[in-house]
Amino acid sequence: MYDTPKSGVDVDAREVKISARGVQVFYGDTHAIKDVDVEIQDKMVTAFIGPSGCGKSTFLRCLNRMNDTIDICRVEGNINLDGENIYDAKVDPVQLRAKVGMVFQKPNPFPKSIYDNIAYGPRIHGLAKNKADLDEIVEKSLRRGAIWDEVKDRLHAPGTGLSGGQQQRLCIARAVATEPEVLLMDEPCSALDPIATAQVEELIDELRGNYSVVIVTHSMQQAARVSQKTAFFHLGNLVEFGETGQIFTNPEDPRTESYITGRIG
Amino acid sequence: MPLSLLIAIILIIGVVGYVLGRRRAMASAGGDSRGLHSLPVYYGSNVLLSVLVPAFAFIIIALIVIPLYIDTHVSAMITEADIGEGSSLGLVMAEVRRVAEGLDNAVAMGAISDEMARNAGANASDMAQRLRDAGQVITGEVTGNILAAAQEYRATSKILHVGMIVMALVIALGGFAFGYRRTEKDFRARNVVERVILAILIAAASVAILTTIGIILSLIFNTIEFFRIYPFTEFFFGLNWSPSFSGRGGSSELGFVPLLWGTLYISFIALSVAVPIGLFAAVYLSEYASPRVRSVAKPALEVLAGIPTIVYGLFALLTIGPMLTTVFGRDGLGWMGGASSVMTAGLVMGIMLIPFVSSLSDDIINAVPQAMRDGSLGLGATKSETIKQVILPAALPGIVGAILLAASRAIGETMIVVMGAGAAARLSLNPFEAMTTVTAKIVSQLTGDSDFSSPEALVAFALGMSLFVITLGMNILALHIVQKYREQYD
Ligand SMILES: Nc1ncnc2c1ncn2[C@@H]1O[C@H](COP(=O)(O)OP(=O)(O)O)[C@@H](O)[C@H]1O
Ligand SMILES: [Mg+2]
Repeated sequence: MYDTPKSGVDVDAREVKISARGVQVFYGDTHAIKDVDVEIQDKMVTAFIGPSGCGKSTFLRCLNRMNDTIDICRVEGNINLDGENIYDAKVDPVQLRAKVGMVFQKPNPFPKSIYDNIAYGPRIHGLAKNKADLDEIVEKSLRRGAIWDEVKDRLHAPGTGLSGGQQQRLCIARAVATEPEVLLMDEPCSALDPIATAQVEELIDELRGNYSVVIVTHSMQQAARVSQKTAFFHLGNLVEFGETGQIFTNPEDPRTESYITGRIG
Repeated sequence: MPLSLLIAIILIIGVVGYVLGRRRAMASAGGDSRGLHSLPVYYGSNVLLSVLVPAFAFIIIALIVIPLYIDTHVSAMITEADIGEGSSLGLVMAEVRRVAEGLDNAVAMGAISDEMARNAGANASDMAQRLRDAGQVITGEVTGNILAAAQEYRATSKILHVGMIVMALVIALGGFAFGYRRTEKDFRARNVVERVILAILIAAASVAILTTIGIILSLIFNTIEFFRIYPFTEFFFGLNWSPSFSGRGGSSELGFVPLLWGTLYISFIALSVAVPIGLFAAVYLSEYASPRVRSVAKPALEVLAGIPTIVYGLFALLTIGPMLTTVFGRDGLGWMGGASSVMTAGLVMGIMLIPFVSSLSDDIINAVPQAMRDGSLGLGATKSETIKQVILPAALPGIVGAILLAASRAIGETMIVVMGAGAAARLSLNPFEAMTTVTAKIVSQLTGDSDFSSPEALVAFALGMSLFVITLGMNILALHIVQKYREQYD
């Protein structure tokens, strides 16, 4: 029914999708991200964990230049997507965001029909030649979002009428519809109940087959369940970055260890 | 005793009651406020309210009832003979009140003695002369009966006034005794005080509602009166508006249609100006303007809303009208007769409504959650695509509500129309012709010196009522739409 994820592939063999070097972010005088280096690989889930206010969202928003929409925010350093600097003057941030999709903490469907929510991105970017084409994109995206069966009979009902978990999967499907290469998710489950969370986690695991996924989460169990690599942020610094299993069972940095044990134990 | 002194005395009783009530409560708990059911202030407030609320309620009612009673009592003394040709009971009673007031003033000035003023056998014309000498305004002819009525008027109002003062003081003291005696440590003063305050809040809300009902009733009675003497169908479907002021009724044609047409036409032009400009300004201010620009531009735009409409009327009369005439008038395209036209009033009214539309729309656009903007931008939409396809559709119901509110203001606007649109009721499509509106005609029908019971005057109430129904309907619709919009995000 869904595109089957190609799981079990050797972690290190995959190509680097995004590489960040010496990234600094300032909000006015606040130094929110301090000299962060990260490599995000393709077809894999990377989790960002860390205490509140440590800069996870800020760093995530650098990856699709959403920080450009905040007046006082300033980004320094290099972030390359497929070897090309996304902060280069040549790059149109609007085009970039179509390639690097984003899912937010609170489900934010537009006050339009389910169909129009999904068709929004494809219409803006001219991805469909005609109505039949668009119908197909909508169906494919809803299937990818693992919500097709629940909404196929009411595509023209408002998206805001769905339950929280359905809304979040709708938002994931909406992000998928513009055919991004990377999906950024900022605490996508924090507004959801446990059952909806499990559904979204399952979905993230499936998405890994086609996309490079970066997920911010405050739940360490979630990071352990869905990600292959984990980055631990603390006070704007990237403290530790490595394979998820490694980070959770045998962290190198004492700060990582105390955070993990403090929260889990 | 003047009213202000009475109020001051009652307030003093209340304050004394507050202090004593508080002290008694403390004493009943043995000086330890923890032994009281409520905080000590509540015991004081309870006595204070027991004094003030009934006493002031009595004074307010007395001030309404006493003049009504005196009027009916005294007007019973007026006979048919006193009401001359072309006069009415109301006019004679006004004269009686003037004479009574004149007597009061004359006595106060020492021009005549109090006995003289009360003297039932006094000569009427002699007394009238004395009053005129004392500088009092006595217009009509003062007959013996009128003088007698005036004297009775003075006597009754004096008795009732004194009665009211005594009664108010008795009530205040009674309230004091009642509140004070109830004060002891287990008395639930907090609950009682809060209940009284709730009652005061309800009373305030009722005043607003009762006033509205009063306005509607006063319109309804006169409207019914109008439709008794003027046919219903000719008013609502008549295509001509030509009231005659000289002949009483008969030759007047009082058709509503041309006035309604003028109102709608001018409002339409006003909205065609105000809606696009106001909306674009709102989009710019809420989505594009930097905080610095916004902090200057928004208040500047809202200043426009504070300008009195008469100033807009002057602007129409002196600036926009002549400007339009130079282009469309006889020397230009020849479409426009004078400076007054639907276009003149419509443009100026549109300018007046711009801040109204823009500030409401700005609030509504700002109320669209940031998450909607992020969601759209995150999908690779530009700012303008986001505004067009997400923000405006999400804000649309609210904006429609704002436009309807602006429309009902346009329909009710008077001054700009009087000064900018002319006074001729006309059914025409040419926006450069002078026309007039319902509101402007209400003013002109009531400010003329026509008899108040003639259809020419009463029609104003029918017009007012029709206008009231139209704007009420639009406001209800607008509120309904805005309400529905609010439910969308919460
Ligand atoms: N829009 C903003 N303006 C100013 N400071 C911000 C803004 N967003 C985040 N910050 C600051 O940047 C730091 C990192 O925030 P954030 O990235 O939201 O942390 P996290 O997502 O890890 O909880 C915090 O100190 C926060 O106060
Ligand atoms: Mg965050």
